[in-house]
Amino acid sequence: MPEILEKMGLKEKLDLCEKLYRETGAYYGLTGELELKKEDPFRWMQAYAKIRGALVTAREIAVHISSSPIVRSIGELAFVLYTPEGDAIAHSTGILVHVHTMSDDIKFMIRNGYEENPGIKDGDIFTCNDPSIGNVHTTDVHTLVPIFYNGELVAWAGGVTHEVDIGGVVPGHDITASTSRFEDGFYVTAEKTGENDIPFTHWRIRSQRGTRAPLYFDLDEKCRIAGLYMIKRFLLRFIEEEGIEFYWKFIREVIEQGRRDLLLRVKERLIPGRYRAVSFSDTPFSQEAWQPIARIDHLAHLPVEIQITPEGKLKLGMDGASAPVPFPWNCGETPMQGGLWVQLTQLLVHNAIVNDGSYYAVEYEFPPNTWCNPQNPQFSYQCPWYYLIPSFTGMQRCLSRGFLARGFWEEVVSGYGMTGDPVQGGGLLSGKVFGEPEDFYWPVATFEISCTGLGASAVKDGLDHGYAMWNPEGDMGDAEDWEQIERGFRFLGRRLLPNSAGFGKYRGGTGWEILRVLYGTKGGQLFSLREGYSFFGSGLYGGYPQATGYRFFIKNTDFEVRVAEKKPYPLGDGDPKESEAESLVEGEVTRLPYATTYPRVFSEGDIFHYTISGGPGFGDPIERSYELCEKDANEGIYTPDVLEKVYGVVVEKQGDRWVVNKEKSEKLRKEIREKRKRRSIDFEEFWKRERSRITEGRLIEPVKRMFRESIALSKTWGEEFKQFWLLDEVML
Amino acid sequence: MVGGEIMETKELVRDLIDGKLSMEELYRVISSDKNPHRFKLILDVLQEKVPWDDKIILPLSDSLFIVCKDNIPTVKCKCGFEFGDYRVNWKLKAKIYVRDSEESLQELYRPFMHSDPSWMEIREYYCPECFTLLETEVVPPGYPVVFDFLPDINAFYREWLGEEPPCEAEFVDKTLKYIQEKFK
Repeated sequence: MPEILEKMGLKEKLDLCEKLYRETGAYYGLTGELELKKEDPFRWMQAYAKIRGALVTAREIAVHISSSPIVRSIGELAFVLYTPEGDAIAHSTGILVHVHTMSDDIKFMIRNGYEENPGIKDGDIFTCNDPSIGNVHTTDVHTLVPIFYNGELVAWAGGVTHEVDIGGVVPGHDITASTSRFEDGFYVTAEKTGENDIPFTHWRIRSQRGTRAPLYFDLDEKCRIAGLYMIKRFLLRFIEEEGIEFYWKFIREVIEQGRRDLLLRVKERLIPGRYRAVSFSDTPFSQEAWQPIARIDHLAHLPVEIQITPEGKLKLGMDGASAPVPFPWNCGETPMQGGLWVQLTQLLVHNAIVNDGSYYAVEYEFPPNTWCNPQNPQFSYQCPWYYLIPSFTGMQRCLSRGFLARGFWEEVVSGYGMTGDPVQGGGLLSGKVFGEPEDFYWPVATFEISCTGLGASAVKDGLDHGYAMWNPEGDMGDAEDWEQIERGFRFLGRRLLPNSAGFGKYRGGTGWEILRVLYGTKGGQLFSLREGYSFFGSGLYGGYPQATGYRFFIKNTDFEVRVAEKKPYPLGDGDPKESEAESLVEGEVTRLPYATTYPRVFSEGDIFHYTISGGPGFGDPIERSYELCEKDANEGIYTPDVLEKVYGVVVEKQGDRWVVNKEKSEKLRKEIREKRKRRSIDFEEFWKRERSRITEGRLIEPVKRMFRESIALSKTWGEEFKQFWLLDEVML
Repeated sequence: MVGGEIMETKELVRDLIDGKLSMEELYRVISSDKNPHRFKLILDVLQEKVPWDDKIILPLSDSLFIVCKDNIPTVKCKCGFEFGDYRVNWKLKAKIYVRDSEESLQELYRPFMHSDPSWMEIREYYCPECFTLLETEVVPPGYPVVFDFLPDINAFYREWLGEEPPCEAEFVDKTLKYIQEKFK
């Protein structure tokens, strides 16, 4: 076999690999016992550990070459080793969503005959950031190098970093104002960008002129290349030590093992059957967008259905998903697979072999001509996260129902918070602050989003401000570090946001808030994105969703005067009803009930607020223990009035501490049950009320449009909708 | 404990689901290999916690369980209320409260920190007997009630556990049929 393979081109190898999988259902046709593993399991595991260790080491060292805080302190990078056909063998820590996306870059190049033109040789460097083939959004830049041993391509190494800016229509890494590919910014569609281990001069010039942060782009690329060459050197040494025969056999076996591990986990931890969950995402652009095509308010339907067959196969579908949009939220099929992969690795195979075997183990269907498989490279793909992230919270809830039913309550997670409100923009310095040159550009590329609240589990509260679905190592970054680049956008405060955690017997992880001021600037522009008009999903088993985001800023303030007079200044908003910021700063206040905006111009002294999401809750809040409620009160997670209204718990101040009054609380909890009894209705009445909103058209246009689209795009979803409400026709 | 892993007992599983394990114990449970007998253990623990005798064949949540009733897999609340055949979405037999106004949403959330009720409502599904909040559903008005989980009990017992199912039930969603019969 190796002799035959040696003579085959990459395309033939890829075809063979896919054919073997199709015919046998096993990776590379490995249906029986894995020979190498059986022969010497210790050597086998050691080999895997060595490769994994080399990838992690490459990441840990290369990260220091990057100067962008997104990469350096938040850790938005990853390195992966692939087979010649592009299947992931092992990966480093980091932004794991890209383990599978870079796989599709490689397969795209192979399928499009890159081996002949432009050729794939030892020392070549390829770059890709095109979300319509691999990748999630243009901001994540991939570098791929082929690794040759004795003249034969034996592997690819891939590295990804998340850029501060990618040259879109507005500054930033997750922009809101793009309506088509032509506004997304710098595109590199799987191009050869270097030869003989050196990037082309024309590539360096083009890429540096293609973004607003050329220094960061340059150092991020050096970081990727350095890591990749560390991996290349390691692999050649590994093959020398272990032998090429062992290597070929091992890489196929380890992927097949990854596939088998996932299948085993399904049968071990879940229940066969059908699971459903639904999430939504609002785009409030009727008053925001510049482009006529985007000046609408829009609600997207993000449904998930998982079927686990009696054979233990996991199938995921998004039948009923909304149509593509004139916003940056469209998501290619590959990033959806990446999202699926990263969730599976966290939910099912967190203690097993993780590679593209997990991808082979599942079936998926992302319906064509929907937001999750738009099939048109001219759409905007700048920020697919806006839909991808909420949609996969549904997957967490689905699998959690299986975990609970099977008895593994410790694996349950009620979802997660939207990694939203990454404020972006930029401006020019005024030179007022010592050491800061006049007219120096300060980018705003906040990334505290990598620390949202995780949903509650069935046995404990969710992780507070520490989770991101795309990178299992959440890090909010150091405020001082960020101020080094975002120089005109100074921090006033970062702190917990009371009442932002989803309510439940176990609460979701709490969210937090950030307050900043423009100082030492000639002004700038700022925008951000987060759910506001809509929650994006439920909690589990009576748990509630976390609080939504909102937009709040104060312009033309007296901030500088107050500071000069040594008066107190605000650290946050706290409670929108009794805002700390409003009580301590005079100015023109704007509060919007939504959080996703186009850029606005801000001036010196303006105050800007943003919030990082909490997570959803689990179980009936009035079953939460008094001890935990007391802890919530003392830690500022919830205010006493919310504990009373939602949890039925009365807390009273004793010295410095809040203490639960159990007697009053027991009475209150009884009253809450009585209130539920008094005002709830039977399904029949509910059904008639809700149905009349459809038949009488008493729905807002974004909701009507959402139903129209799902009905038009999916016959199955449309039929079920009509049968549920007993409608022959839906006139919306 | 053996080799750093937890030896699972009924007491440990009870403490786990009651939220009584220390963080250290809990992480040991999470990081250990899964106990193949956990399902049976959890059924035993849950059975001891409910005040009725019908045999639990599958937990649906911390409050709802599928039991075998007259040879029909039936959804039953911890308080004893029966929602009927599990293949009809149990939410159709629940009591429902819909938060579809600013006022009702602000009973729970701060202003600006909840959805706009014209975009999205919170449906609360209660047990008609004990009024435990069994599920929240956050959807736009007019969205069909979501049937969260329809387990294939036959396949699970017969093909995964290698046992005869406690009661035979064809794997089929009967919700739409129920609606047709109820409202037409």
